[in-house]
Amino acid sequence: MYRETKYLIAGEKALVIEFGNEISEKINSKVRAMMIAIEKNNIEGIIEMTPTYRSLMVHYDPLKKDYHSLLKQLQLLESQMDKIEIPLPEVIEIPTVYGKEFGPDIENVAKHNGLTVEEVIKIHTSREYLIYMLGFTPGFPYLGGMNEKIATPRLKTPRTKISGGSVGIAGSQTGIYPIDSPGGWQLIGKTPLKLYDAYRESPILLGSGNYIKFVAIDENTYKRTEEAIKNNTYVYKKYPKERVGK
Amino acid sequence: MGQIKILNPGLLTTVQDEGRVGYQQFGVPVSGVMDYFSYKVANILVGNDEKEAVLEVTMLGPQIIFEEGTVIAITGGKLSPMINGKAIPMWKSIHVKKDDQLSFGGMKEGCRSYIAFAGGINVPEIMGSKSTYMKGKIGGYEGRPLKKGDKLKIGSPKESLLKLTGRAVSAKYIPEYKNSLEVRVLLGPQEEYFTEKGIETFLSQSYTVTNECDRMGFRLDGEEIEHKEGADIISDGIAFGAIQIPGHGKPIIMMADRQTTGGYTKIANVIYADLERIAQAKPGDIISFKKVSIEEAQSILKEVEERITAIKKECVAREIIDTKEYRLKINGKFYEVKVEEIK
Repeated sequence: MYRETKYLIAGEKALVIEFGNEISEKINSKVRAMMIAIEKNNIEGIIEMTPTYRSLMVHYDPLKKDYHSLLKQLQLLESQMDKIEIPLPEVIEIPTVYGKEFGPDIENVAKHNGLTVEEVIKIHTSREYLIYMLGFTPGFPYLGGMNEKIATPRLKTPRTKISGGSVGIAGSQTGIYPIDSPGGWQLIGKTPLKLYDAYRESPILLGSGNYIKFVAIDENTYKRTEEAIKNNTYVYKKYPKERVGK
Repeated sequence: MGQIKILNPGLLTTVQDEGRVGYQQFGVPVSGVMDYFSYKVANILVGNDEKEAVLEVTMLGPQIIFEEGTVIAITGGKLSPMINGKAIPMWKSIHVKKDDQLSFGGMKEGCRSYIAFAGGINVPEIMGSKSTYMKGKIGGYEGRPLKKGDKLKIGSPKESLLKLTGRAVSAKYIPEYKNSLEVRVLLGPQEEYFTEKGIETFLSQSYTVTNECDRMGFRLDGEEIEHKEGADIISDGIAFGAIQIPGHGKPIIMMADRQTTGGYTKIANVIYADLERIAQAKPGDIISFKKVSIEEAQSILKEVEERITAIKKECVAREIIDTKEYRLKINGKFYEVKVEEIK
């Protein structure tokens, strides 16, 4: 983390608040806290924000607030961060069927790491993964914190079509494809949850700075969940993440 | 409520508005029009809200038949618009009748035209916008460019068609699109990743627009811009007009359909007022960059807004009350003269 936060110009309608130059949970939690603090303060002129691994891009309207006044206001807010109550991040459960046609590469992952398929599932479901940011395609989460024991290189030949909801591993990263797309990840499972639905009230399911937890389910539960989502009766399982070290 | 039918879609014709605001944090690109000035003026000319959706036409225009009379306006790049085969002026509101056909001839200047219809285009808003985001298959008409046979509903005009006809933009406001342009930039957010020589190259050399230029970005060719160490950063946000310099050292200007985040160093941002000129650039055109300060950039932005307000005032003031046509004979030659009485 930088000693002093950097405020960078990104054109006359955006500025970047950069907290550090590495991927770390601590820096990312600063990004989330700053975003919540700005939202809470309802600063005039701010249009929207793009949180990323280690920085927050603030898009604003200079006709409502010029660069220097905005900069001052944001720096003041940053200095008062300790006084602003930031809620605990949320964990959302991602029910996932592992293996078979849902995760055709799970054997590869097991073999590559000298594990059984059951061990791969156990390791993959044992952690909460931080959503550092969303990008690439609508709703695609950049997750961190996967156990190196199940790290596996990408496929040599990428698939031309991976169906939305597929859960995969690429190197020491894990992720979920929100929509059908080509890709080279090792597919280990699939979730019936829709990470992205343009026609839903909240089109994107996940939020950066929060966490996800994969939960292994069987095929019947998958079908029931899929049906419930279609009928809008599915209740998402969410809970606040425990504060570590406090 | 009227309807138009697409007889031929042209090269790339999409429904666009201001863009999809508020979803960048979820990875949804803003999209929207490439040339804001032409877009806003087109809407003003037909009496729409400035944020109403229009058709954005690229290089080769479409052929459209009107199934009901309406008022339209065409702004932006000079793509030679015609009604029933007869050239019509741009930057002016035009009354079209049922069964009239709008078509386009060749591209004379610029690259993108905007067609606004009195009453706007009735397509559903997706995430608060009518803009087509092609890659995400959302917005506009079924989330895709227009195809032959598509029918678009046109909304009801806010004022009578007669009142809207004849609005025009003064010549002094109409932009010229040249093949060589100097655009103003604000350095950052990653100017520190470049050597002094790199920044110097960027600000002194000119760059050529390559064939790889679309709604997502413009790849330029020219002298390599030198980085201190590497071209990669930990991904961060990308604003409209950001200039990325990847490892090969050649600039890429990020446009309307840009992705929300990216991992290449960004040396500068084109100021908003000059993005409309980049939007009108085409392969082979030359671009050079001139540095301005944040204060200058924000005051230029104010001027742009004032210019649009002035155009609006003028357009409304130029409302035509009556038209008379005369045939004059001067020195043995006949002239047809049309006289418009304005408010």
